[in-house]
Amino acid sequence: MISRRTALIGVGALTLSGCERVTRSPTVRKILTFGEKATLTSQRLVTNRNALAPEFTRADLSPRFRVNGNAMPASPEYARHVATGFADWALEVGGLVQNPLRLTLAQLKAAPQRTQITRQDCVEGWSAIGEWTGVPLSLLLRHAQISDKAQFIVFHCADDFSGIPYYESIDMIDALHPQTILAHTMNRQPLPIGHGAPIRLRVERALGYKQAKFVMRIEAVASLTGIHGGKGGYWEDHSGYQWFAGI
Amino acid sequence: MDAATTPVTLQNRSDSTPDLVYRTRLPVRIWHWINAISIFALLMSGATIFNAHPRLYWGKYGANYDDPWLIIGKRGQEGFLQLGSLEIPTTGLLGYTPWSSKAIPPLLTIPNYYSLAEGRQWHFFFAWILIIALITFVIYSIFSRHLKNDLALSSEERRTTRLWQDIKDHARFRFPTGAAARNYNALQKIAYLSVIFLLIPLVILTGLTMSPNLNAAFPVLLDIFGGRQSARSIHFLCAAALCSFILIHLLMVVLAGPINEMRSILTGWYRLPQRGKDLL
Repeated sequence: MISRRTALIGVGALTLSGCERVTRSPTVRKILTFGEKATLTSQRLVTNRNALAPEFTRADLSPRFRVNGNAMPASPEYARHVATGFADWALEVGGLVQNPLRLTLAQLKAAPQRTQITRQDCVEGWSAIGEWTGVPLSLLLRHAQISDKAQFIVFHCADDFSGIPYYESIDMIDALHPQTILAHTMNRQPLPIGHGAPIRLRVERALGYKQAKFVMRIEAVASLTGIHGGKGGYWEDHSGYQWFAGI
Repeated sequence: MDAATTPVTLQNRSDSTPDLVYRTRLPVRIWHWINAISIFALLMSGATIFNAHPRLYWGKYGANYDDPWLIIGKRGQEGFLQLGSLEIPTTGLLGYTPWSSKAIPPLLTIPNYYSLAEGRQWHFFFAWILIIALITFVIYSIFSRHLKNDLALSSEERRTTRLWQDIKDHARFRFPTGAAARNYNALQKIAYLSVIFLLIPLVILTGLTMSPNLNAAFPVLLDIFGGRQSARSIHFLCAAALCSFILIHLLMVVLAGPINEMRSILTGWYRLPQRGKDLL
């Protein structure tokens, strides 16, 4: 005799494996990407591409800004930079540019700055408000004489997950947006290691996983194909997160 | 309501024979099922997204170090739901079950394993279907007069004494019979109208308010709902309200005669229940 409990578990297991067959089916996954495409297309269509993300006041700051992702890159090279206070660290700007750059932290801090109090929304659902100061990315890209062929800006980072390096990418709409900055200061203090020292990307109309920390190298590219997994970011390549992180 | 606007075919039978009436037109039936499927997919994929951070806050921001008004969590092998300072044990249901330690167990989520990325893909796909279907349905309802003839409350139905009588009748499971059952009753109309014109629009708008890109383009959304985390909380409260609507809706289907009700929403044909006879 099959007990009711066994039967129930059996039926449950069959149902669940049936559900799993649906959610793991490549065809189903392909169909579901229409939602993502529709979101990107329609958001680009109905929104002003230069619209600024809401900015807040110091009274709105999160009392404690949660550290997320990697709290400390594991590479010995990064440890050396920490030991020397990023004194011989330099940001590389390359790819489809006429004038590749190598900028020290001091040079980045001497450039024109922008300060903004903005909200970071994690894909998980939580939000935190922080004050960021940094160099507008558009400034660096113009200085580097970015080519017209560039479609995306890729951020190569010092951190990794199980040896796989973190990276992210944004399109030119976000790259040239006035609020898109490379922040070296957070809440009026040097950017803490947990938040991406020496510099992190702030791209204020996108979710947290786009806010690349520990940025070492910036690359202007015509296509994301061939860069790591080709989907434009670590989470996009390895966990199927949407490249468009505007929702 | 006059016969010209109601597609009733088998009229003028004597009261003793049960009348089959054509009550639900095809576009309404199609919308009902598209909507039912999308709402289930949205609730279940929404549960996956909620599991990523099962805490709700009021205001502009909210994360682990801030004060949530709702937490679903676990302590060892015990699940709990915390509402303000009130803690409700939920072991086996929420927070912790022998098969899962997620806030909402995998039996109720899409996918039935934890994947925030996949949950989001399902959620946004069906969000599009919900929005397109709702807009199409509302336009159809206005032009076909479904809204005016079938859903809007008559002046008679809007009277307080009449509404109170309807509530008492429902509480005693006494439902309209004969010709009175040809149309939706007042409470049914209020429930449907609230879902179509209040709950679903609200859940869509609060969902859009969680988008940082849309916040930049339409900051008014944040002002309306009092910040992103408030919008997120309202989004989940709407989801909870939709769950209660579904439960009551299904309970009413069972109580009012599941075969008759299912035939009506599948084929459009509805048998008017007779006084004193068992409901079926």
